[in-house]
Amino acid sequence: MTAVVTSSAADRYVAEFASFASRTAAAPAWLASARQEAMARFTAAGFPTTRQEEWRFTSVAEIAETPFALAAHDAPVDATQLRALEICEAHRHLLVFVNGRYQPQLSSIAGLPAGVVLGSLRAALGSHEAVVARHFGRTTAAARTPLGWLNTAFADDGAFIYVPRDVQMDEPVQLLYYSAPNGGGAPTVSYPRTLVVVDRGAKLSLVETYGGSAGARYWTNAVTEVVTGEQARVDAYRVQRESGQAFHTAATYSEQGRDSTVTIHPVVFGAALSRHDIVTRLGGQNGHCTINGLYILDDAQHVDHHTTIDHAEPHCESHEYMNGVLDGRSRGVFNGRIIVRPGAQRTDSKQTNNNLVLSEHARADSQPQLEIYADDVKCTHGATLGPIDPQAMFYLTSRGISTAEARSLLTYGFGAEIIDRMEIAPLQAQLDRLIRQRLLGGARG
Amino acid sequence: MLKISKLYAGINGTTILKGIDLEVRAGEVHAIMGPNGSGKSTLAQVLAGHPSYQVTGGSVTWDGKDLLELNAEERAQSGVFLAFQYPVEIRGVTNAYFLRSALNAVRKARGQEELDPVDFLEVLDEKLKAIGWDDTLMNRPVNEGFSGGEKKRNEILQMAVLEPRLAVLDETDSGLDIDALKTVAAAVSALRRPDNATVLVTHYQRLLNYITPDYVHVLADGRIVRSGGKDLALELEARGYDWLREPAGV
Repeated sequence: MTAVVTSSAADRYVAEFASFASRTAAAPAWLASARQEAMARFTAAGFPTTRQEEWRFTSVAEIAETPFALAAHDAPVDATQLRALEICEAHRHLLVFVNGRYQPQLSSIAGLPAGVVLGSLRAALGSHEAVVARHFGRTTAAARTPLGWLNTAFADDGAFIYVPRDVQMDEPVQLLYYSAPNGGGAPTVSYPRTLVVVDRGAKLSLVETYGGSAGARYWTNAVTEVVTGEQARVDAYRVQRESGQAFHTAATYSEQGRDSTVTIHPVVFGAALSRHDIVTRLGGQNGHCTINGLYILDDAQHVDHHTTIDHAEPHCESHEYMNGVLDGRSRGVFNGRIIVRPGAQRTDSKQTNNNLVLSEHARADSQPQLEIYADDVKCTHGATLGPIDPQAMFYLTSRGISTAEARSLLTYGFGAEIIDRMEIAPLQAQLDRLIRQRLLGGARG
Repeated sequence: MLKISKLYAGINGTTILKGIDLEVRAGEVHAIMGPNGSGKSTLAQVLAGHPSYQVTGGSVTWDGKDLLELNAEERAQSGVFLAFQYPVEIRGVTNAYFLRSALNAVRKARGQEELDPVDFLEVLDEKLKAIGWDDTLMNRPVNEGFSGGEKKRNEILQMAVLEPRLAVLDETDSGLDIDALKTVAAAVSALRRPDNATVLVTHYQRLLNYITPDYVHVLADGRIVRSGGKDLALELEARGYDWLREPAGV
């Protein structure tokens, strides 16, 4: 029965793709064929089902069964809601996208260092086609999921960032992906796509924020590719604040060269259903990779993080810190895969996943997955899941702090621990505010 | 100030305290000594209001009120402080934020105005100076990654900031090297006032070389088997605890 649903669900996208391909017939041949190939792969695989190991805890059946229309690029936008997603003080490198399409009139780009390219992916196809063609769809290509292929098939715009050799971007770049419903209110889908190329010795700090019309039912299926050259440094922040009715599926694919440092900060507050795959490949010696993430869930939210850190070369270090706070009937899933390839000696890898389960109806699943094919390595992992520690409660109340405040302080600490590892003060202030709002029972939009 | 009468208490159905009688007056320092498992820490936890311990008999009067009727936060707000034997790590909450929250909770209960971060830093600075420490631990999460000595110091700092009227120090000397012990003892002595009282729970006599108690009590099998002046501690140091156990059974 599921097979029938899957094939008819995929069929809908086949028909949509035919029409999309004819509308985008002017695309470069390499891109058209990448789309064709991705569509063929998606059609062959269909939507993932819970019978597949990688999707065991997360059902996308509701996404497969909902007839999403392609979101219009000119949908009206609630400016107040849009601006609420922005980080103040990061206004000089701000790119706004509505339903995946770049909106120059809502964006502001100023004071870019020489040689830096910051703009829409569509524009980059004209101005920097060679760089785009070299990397688009190529990063950790073997690790793609069917939903990742679907993004490649339909991605029509998004962001392109290129930082040339040795250029240090001191101000963060902010990409704001906003989903707005088409007139009529039928559910819509968009396919944001981000390609980031940071050359040797360069430095970039990037914030992707995803949000949408409050209460709207839509699907965001995003892909971000990050290519980090030798001795380069990328700090990639990602804040998911979709509407409470939304579906959010996404993948971040990262490849890094020798002596490079990449930090990925996935933070999730929103969406009814959210799945984020992070695949990062340490492809040169002495690379450093950190994943520092947080999910704060309530009601019936379901959030799934699948991370893969691939140690392909020796002398690399990876640290993974994922904290979850689960209330209501929410569910948090974490699967942390660490691969140490043959020859990747002196790998040093640490993984922790701590879940604070505030309600008896909430649930956390945590799965470390270590695949170690080298013998001189240091890999540790640990997970905790449980309610507030009674000993910590006693400690705080024995100092005069009320039971209610102690509870909120201990919960706040789970978020603050992750926020404290970030390096953009206005973003930290924004997230701190969101955590406090959420702990005081604030609405999710 | 504090009057404990025939106190029986335990945990998970096991009775550990079997009729404790103890009176502590303002300005006094009492040392409670005893072998491992005698009930010293249980007494400390029961006084602070740990919810896992059940009081099954007797009474504790604190300032004319029934202490056992108060929960942990109310006891702290009324001036009772427990320095933990094993201080708890609090992830993501800085020491400074924690201290300010605690001080403001206590100030509110005393009818004083709450302090904003700037005013609090002034108070903190003054307390740190008074006990001769710097602020290196203030912006780190509470007790996280602290050494054993740092954790114990942090307990004393909290005591200095909260200015309790009754401080119960549970094995604050254990795990400290001699220098750390001296610093902690000096800080505790500096906080002594005619209107507050201190109960030192300790296994060893060495802390009492630096803080002179007015009274020493020996706890064995949940009862105070001997009370005396500071010389009793020296006698215990010389003779151990075994000689006291026998008469307790008679």
